[in-house]
Amino acid sequence: MSKKADVIEREEVVVRFAGDSGDGMQLTGTLFSDTSAFIGNDLSTFPDYPSEIRAPQGTIGGVSGFQVHFGHKQVNTPGDYADVLVAMNPAALKANVKWVKTGATIILDQDSFTDKGLRKAGYETDDPIKEDKLEGYNIIQAPITTLTKETLKDEGLDPKSILRSKNMFALGMVYWLFERPLKYTEQFFEQKFKKKPKVIDANKKVLEAGYYYAETVELLTPTYKISPAEIEKGTYRNIDGNKATAWGFIAASEKSKLQLFCGSYPITPASEILQELSLRRDFGVKTFQAEDEIAGICTALGASFAGSLAVTTTSGPGLALKSEALGLAVMAELPLVVVDVQRGGPSTGLPTKPEQSDLTQALYGRNGESPVVVMAASTPSNCFHYAFTAAKIALEHMVPVLLLTDGYLANGSEPWKIPKMADYPDIHPPIVPTGEKEWMPYARDPEMLSRTWAVAGTPGYEHRIGGLEKDELKGSVSHDPQNHEKMVYLREEKVNRVVQEVPDQVIEGDQEGDILLVGWGGTYGHLRTALDELRKEGIEVGLAHFNYIRPLPANTAEVLSKFKRLLVCELNRGQFAGYLRMNHPQFNYLQYNKVQGQPFTIVEIKEHVKKLLEVNHG
Amino acid sequence: MANNNQEHTKLTAKDYKSDQEVRWCPGCGDHAIMNAIQRSLPEMNIPREKFAFISGIGCSSRFPYYMNTYGFHGIHGRASAIASGTKTANPGLSVWQITGDGDSMAIGGNHLIHTVRRNVDINIIIFNNEIYGLTKGQYSPTSKYGAVTKTSPYGTIENPFHPGELVIGAQGKFFARSVDINIKLNQEIFLEAEKHKGTAVVELLQNCVIYNDKAHAVIADKKNKDDRQLVLRHGEPMIFGKNRDKGIVLEGLKLKVVEIGKDGYTEDDILVHDARTNDPGIHLMLANMQYPDYPVAVGIIRSVESDTYEHKMEEQIQQVREQSEYQCVDDLLNSGSTWEVK
Repeated sequence: MSKKADVIEREEVVVRFAGDSGDGMQLTGTLFSDTSAFIGNDLSTFPDYPSEIRAPQGTIGGVSGFQVHFGHKQVNTPGDYADVLVAMNPAALKANVKWVKTGATIILDQDSFTDKGLRKAGYETDDPIKEDKLEGYNIIQAPITTLTKETLKDEGLDPKSILRSKNMFALGMVYWLFERPLKYTEQFFEQKFKKKPKVIDANKKVLEAGYYYAETVELLTPTYKISPAEIEKGTYRNIDGNKATAWGFIAASEKSKLQLFCGSYPITPASEILQELSLRRDFGVKTFQAEDEIAGICTALGASFAGSLAVTTTSGPGLALKSEALGLAVMAELPLVVVDVQRGGPSTGLPTKPEQSDLTQALYGRNGESPVVVMAASTPSNCFHYAFTAAKIALEHMVPVLLLTDGYLANGSEPWKIPKMADYPDIHPPIVPTGEKEWMPYARDPEMLSRTWAVAGTPGYEHRIGGLEKDELKGSVSHDPQNHEKMVYLREEKVNRVVQEVPDQVIEGDQEGDILLVGWGGTYGHLRTALDELRKEGIEVGLAHFNYIRPLPANTAEVLSKFKRLLVCELNRGQFAGYLRMNHPQFNYLQYNKVQGQPFTIVEIKEHVKKLLEVNHG
Repeated sequence: MANNNQEHTKLTAKDYKSDQEVRWCPGCGDHAIMNAIQRSLPEMNIPREKFAFISGIGCSSRFPYYMNTYGFHGIHGRASAIASGTKTANPGLSVWQITGDGDSMAIGGNHLIHTVRRNVDINIIIFNNEIYGLTKGQYSPTSKYGAVTKTSPYGTIENPFHPGELVIGAQGKFFARSVDINIKLNQEIFLEAEKHKGTAVVELLQNCVIYNDKAHAVIADKKNKDDRQLVLRHGEPMIFGKNRDKGIVLEGLKLKVVEIGKDGYTEDDILVHDARTNDPGIHLMLANMQYPDYPVAVGIIRSVESDTYEHKMEEQIQQVREQSEYQCVDDLLNSGSTWEVK
């Protein structure tokens, strides 16, 4: 171990906290992120946790991690590989070794590196450093457990509570390493444990003990200094994708002056949207925790019939269960937003891991010709904008909208420049004013082809809707073959005409040339960073990252025509590539696909692009 | 279709008929049920636009199309969920779920019990014909044990659900039963179901003239009904029979049929119906009485007041609003930890 070295000024750093799923690593990482944000760094975070709440202690399956990427320039991803890894036990080391940079700093709780601990983690020898080939890395072995116990021995806390605060010791060490102030975390303790002054004191003591331990023994090296990021002026907050989604709907409720109703069933990784909305009774939000996924969407549809802004939230398996009712929404032509926070599939799959493999299900996973609008958010914070926009489109076009996010966006967080609601448009659903003569339930707006909304309870417009085919004007049941075909066409054309709301597709980076990276949804941060780095290396490349999938932006073909090669990058086996092939068959599409339940790494995208170029240039 | 002149004029059953041709088979029990509902609605003092009839799939679920009210013909089994959403979103509506034994107790069983448990104020009318009619004659969850149908050619080997038992087991506060053709009693029940705050479940023994004709005839036939049905009314003794000479007594922990004037039983021994007691014990026994051991109980078996789901939700919204520090979405977005970048 080396002694104190110089302070190294860095542009960006990645820190990964890892421990047993009961060690509080998610909280530790969150507190570190918050402090970094408060002092002005841009950042991006990614929690990586097991689907079991408490997998067997000390095993690889039970390791929970939280990665923070922060810097003084724009940060788009949580980073591929860590500069600093905190491993609270041998399993955490073993599971995360592949995610650290060569020569990285690794902080270990040496008290947990016992024979038993090593065996549980699957180490075969007594020297994990050698076994994992970590010689030459900056390994810091600190007796974190012992020192935490020592710090709190006179506090009168039970042994369990004492052990539980050892994560704060590690956090204190990392704060010293990056010259972070402790005050934001101390404020958090004061808020969180308002009624337990003892716990506030204990946590503060351990945090300080870790900080001063690092300083006193001067073992940590090098010390990193990250200056504040140069970001746009304004008021900022941290936000994750699920909270941003929930707030986007509340904003849409305010702008449409409609009550927000969310019928949902808890499912990983979407539950936090329902939880956040449940808190917001003060905004008149009615949340209905249904008995199952089907009841979730059906209660929402029932609420839509009664005039609410209706939302249901789920993940892939839940979307499968909702498909029949989503078809009913298509037929009834009622506004409804369905959020699918995608996770690894098929079936139960990888509940806590991100994937983009529900796209085909979103587009086509229903019986009959059953088109819906499909959109995708691409960063944790823009989930707000796309949730708002999904609601706006659903309400104004009388159409179901499916909004895709994923586990990576849902749980990942980033600083967000808080928008002003005055900058958001009002939403005008086509609610029929009372006293309208000659009103018919399925008469349409000639431009948008949307029908009007006669909310149940409005005098004079008593009418019946349902899943049977409708007469094109009266909405009564019709088995007429010509009418059916016409209605199929109208429902499809209505979705197509949503294109009027869709902004033109933007190309980032080079505007024409050899290679265009094509992405959609949650992979934006990685593709964008890969784009920036490739261009810095002098490679000509552009990025078209889609948020609107059905309908595609009007200029899609034009965008695609500007590059010789199109590389569609997705966390699935090529669902968007297939969709583009069908809609714009005149182009040739190359694919880069990954299905590991993990985000892309920037490195692998860059390497793939370079390989393509090599092949090209011989 | 627009018609805004209906206020202040008393409507009649005719005003609740839509322009759609009724397509149930001639002789189907559904006709009589619709007749009773259309006669009941004008008596409820509710503006017509406040009625929403919501159904699932099945013969009975075509019902909303024939009603000149708001209507939503849903998907199989899910009417309880759709209706729960409609009522929760707008508690000012009078929400009626029309469903059958398959729709409500097979594919929709889960939604039924949870709606009842939550006590959402909707009126659920179950048309129980003990058969799948629309799919042409397969057994249903209420088909009697051993019933021979297209999918049970050798007889069913499943025990049927008793809707009353299911509803009371799910903490139901209102359960009534009647026979499709008893229009007068049905009107009485519908009026009470509408007045009742909370989920009101009404089981109607309905005849499917094509696939399960006379399934209920043994108790419903004119010549037998007085001896085989016990009409329950709150506060009245449980007396039945053509000559009003039979009654129900509680002996030990069981109900028993006795003849008044025989074996020393007098009218004073006969149980008096208390539909409003919260204790479901006797209600459950009454709901489960089966011919030939007992008469089948009709009328309102259980009617207990209890706060409703949607009302509690409105109350919670009110309370949280009063204590909230937020006036608008801007306040929410700027809540908690924020920082300025200058």
